Amino acid sequence: MSFEPKIVAFLCNWCAYAGADMAGTSRLKYPGNMIAIRVMCSGRVDPEFILEAFEKGADGVFIGGCHPGDCHYVSGNYRTRRRVEMMKRLLEEMGINPRRLRLEWVSATEGQKFARVVKEFVEEIRQLGPSPIKKEEAI
Amino acid sequence: MKVSIDPITRLEGHGKIDIFLDEKGNVERAYMEVPELRGFEMFCRGRKAEDMPIITSRICGVCPEAHHMAAAKALDMAFAAPPPETARKIRELLYNAYIFYDHALHLYYLGGIDVLMGDVPKEERNVIGLIRKFGLEIGKEVIKHRRYAMEIVKMLGGREIHPVTAIPGGVSKPVSEEEREEIVKKAKSCIEFAKKSMEIFKGVFDTERWNEMLGLDALHTYYMGLVDSKNRVNYYDGDVRVVSPEGKEVYKIKPEGILDYIEEHVEEWSYVKFPYLKEIGWKGLVDGKDSGIYRVGPLGRINAADGMNTRLAHKEFEEFRGNGVVHETFGYYNARLIELLNAAERMYELANDDAIVGGDIRAMPSEPGEGIGVIEAARGVLIHHYKLDRNGLVEEANLIVATTNNNAAINMSVANAARKVIKRGKVDDILLNKVESAFRCYDPCLACASHALGETPLVANIYWKNKLYRRLKKNA
Amino acid sequence: MKKKIAMYWGAGCGGCDVSLLGIHEKLLDVLEKADIVFWPCATDFKYEDLEKMEDGEIDIAFYNGAIRTEENEKIAKLLRKKSKILVAYGSCATEGCVIGLANLYDRDEIFNAVYLDNETTPNEKKIIPQGMEKEGIELPEFLPSLKTLEQVVKVDAAIPGCPPPSPVLEEALNALLEGRTEFGKEVALCDECPRKDTKPDKIEIERFYRWHEKEDDGSCFLAQGMICMGPATRAGCGGECTSAGIPCTGCMGPVPKVENQGIAMLSAIASIIEDMDEEKERAVMESIKDMVGTFYKFSTAKLLPYGRFKDES
Ligand code: SF4
Ligand code: SF4
Ligand code: SF4
Ligand code: FES
Repeated sequence: MSFEPKIVAFLCNWCAYAGADMAGTSRLKYPGNMIAIRVMCSGRVDPEFILEAFEKGADGVFIGGCHPGDCHYVSGNYRTRRRVEMMKRLLEEMGINPRRLRLEWVSATEGQKFARVVKEFVEEIRQLGPSPIKKEEAI
Repeated sequence: MKVSIDPITRLEGHGKIDIFLDEKGNVERAYMEVPELRGFEMFCRGRKAEDMPIITSRICGVCPEAHHMAAAKALDMAFAAPPPETARKIRELLYNAYIFYDHALHLYYLGGIDVLMGDVPKEERNVIGLIRKFGLEIGKEVIKHRRYAMEIVKMLGGREIHPVTAIPGGVSKPVSEEEREEIVKKAKSCIEFAKKSMEIFKGVFDTERWNEMLGLDALHTYYMGLVDSKNRVNYYDGDVRVVSPEGKEVYKIKPEGILDYIEEHVEEWSYVKFPYLKEIGWKGLVDGKDSGIYRVGPLGRINAADGMNTRLAHKEFEEFRGNGVVHETFGYYNARLIELLNAAERMYELANDDAIVGGDIRAMPSEPGEGIGVIEAARGVLIHHYKLDRNGLVEEANLIVATTNNNAAINMSVANAARKVIKRGKVDDILLNKVESAFRCYDPCLACASHALGETPLVANIYWKNKLYRRLKKNA
Repeated sequence: MKKKIAMYWGAGCGGCDVSLLGIHEKLLDVLEKADIVFWPCATDFKYEDLEKMEDGEIDIAFYNGAIRTEENEKIAKLLRKKSKILVAYGSCATEGCVIGLANLYDRDEIFNAVYLDNETTPNEKKIIPQGMEKEGIELPEFLPSLKTLEQVVKVDAAIPGCPPPSPVLEEALNALLEGRTEFGKEVALCDECPRKDTKPDKIEIERFYRWHEKEDDGSCFLAQGMICMGPATRAGCGGECTSAGIPCTGCMGPVPKVENQGIAMLSAIASIIEDMDEEKERAVMESIKDMVGTFYKFSTAKLLPYGRFKDES
């Protein structure tokens, strides 16, 4: 049985979400097994959401934000970068592969980049296999 | 036939006694099991070194100060940061306050009930029954002085239970002049209380019943305790001294060398291990010179020392040790009282020492390495041993706790007492309380003993003819 | 009528039992309003006495300690049945406490560390305690992971703290004796910390310091670059540790309505660090050692109720 990874993506309204749109309208292909959640700024992604996404069954969590210096709320994306860095270390200590969490800067015009990084990420998760958190939940 | 006491009550932690009767219904053997394990040795690995005094304190809420300090001492050594004089004295003062309140707890709330109350029904065997018998006044005094000592702990340690101020190289908080005055006052009152306690217990010590209790069990074991340079009892610091059953010094060991002298035996029926003197060896649950079993705690310390470091307590010491080492297990109570007095006197001395209010309270740590901390918990020698990695994280932790040191002796005492009181299958609640009371002499702290895994106050099951014959059931 | 209360000790350190004695004279007031019907640590009642009781006969049962063995679990369920109100008492029962850190390892690793791979334990026969079947001596089964009380039975109220500080405990006891199950402060520790006036909105640091590495200047620990759990920890203790020169390690658990204390703190830290270039930022993050032990010192059992995950590869 082939494993289709479930990805939850938190996308900043101003950049990554627009980038995703662009990827869609210019009919670039990217895998469809992704649930996109629009946020006003990547800085709104509370680490608790990340953990919750995993607990609810995500195999990977993707966060897309504006490039450094471009955040509409000045430094939301820097905060996100620090949070993600810390979350990765926490996940690792919890016994979860930190590669299941990915942060990317994608501007509104980078539809192509968006498609590429998401595809890469899905591939990576496919290789990692299903998240162990889900498995535990099933017990 | 097997008798179980489950849970053993009025002790700190969980425990269970199984007694096996032979064909005729007399005691063949008995075991004290600790059905609990929590795994500290394992989960200390990977933690930050400076967290150890805080984490290991949670091994036991009855003697958190002991683990807190043993951990801090191990870290002083691991970081090569010997604490300045003031810090050392603050720690020792805190430590004596702990010995005081812990002994008071045992004497008036836990084991001491057996001595003071005697053979009364179980409903009365608690502190409330004690207040009924000796009057509310004494009850209030007990509560007040335990409070005093705990307030001193809080002043110096930041918290009443699970203090936080001992850090690698010293303490995190100095003592103010007002605090010192407060401590002096309280310590003075504690001395009076200790003297009063002496009187109350001596009233019992003169009775026939006491003789009978002493007769329940005597073990000719080795004794171990920390002593200062004059071979006097010291709870906080010093060398480890071991004396033979005849009272002769066999070892005097620098704390960091202690692990070369002891080993731990594992039995499949208990989560708690059985330490013994390595050179003498493990010969099973037997006493005598050829068996490496040793005893620690108040009796262990007082037998292993030549005296006390305070005046009044020393006088009591001489009276008690007049004829050499004392093997009667109930002697733990006398020893505990002497220490109660000693701890109060020592608090007073230290609080009056001007160094206590000094400002130099910590030495800065250097590179992390390996460290051993040895201290006298109220219940006996306690050892923390850590290996730290480059980042100051714990790589390996080994903990040998006071009650574990006494594990073998406790098992033997329980068996001896059971043999004396259970005959031809006749068992009742009062008899069983006698068995339990042999066990409670040690003030065993099963919370500590089970640090390794996890939990239960004691139970006694009595087995006869391969069947569970009685489960105790103390008043049935 | 006098209330019937019970206190039981699961896998814990006993500090919670002692804390109940720690309200000293006030305990006598409590005893005027209530009878203790079961408390193995201080009175001589046995399990049978508990089993004989009617369902719901106990008005308020306090359970302290976590669930580590089969036996703990059994008593927790029994107490639930026999009690009208079941209270999780202390950090072990509510959060799993420091012993929950054991969930970072599995059962075999723990047994190995204690009995086999241990420098003072020769153990040539490789004995691991499991009881003696032929003698009929049983040891209660060690569960695969440590659980909080709430993860095993329904709990009606919780008293936080390791152990609950006296003021917290007194308030809780009064409330419970009056029949209320909600009590305690709704704010974070910083709110009542004596250092709060120096708490910064932003800090600019090169690295985080551990408390033994730096002299304490008396200001907010976060301002000094030392991790203090105050912002994510429930108020009530008055800042016992911060007053004594040690950062808060979070024993009171999360602020009400916040589920995850560790994440809340991690997030707070990410927010107060000044913006800086990526390299430097990484160095600052890396100076925080032992994430679980730092942010979940008292609540690993809630983060990892089934133990550490095993993400292959
Ligand atoms: S919460 Fe703290 S004080 Fe209470 S039993 Fe657990 S470790 Fe001990
Ligand atoms: S962060 Fe810590 S030191 Fe600072 S105000 Fe809050 S509790 Fe106090
Ligand atoms: S300061 Fe923090 S760790 Fe210390 S007692 Fe208060 S809540 Fe617990
Ligand atoms: S607005 Fe896009 S990351 Fe802040």
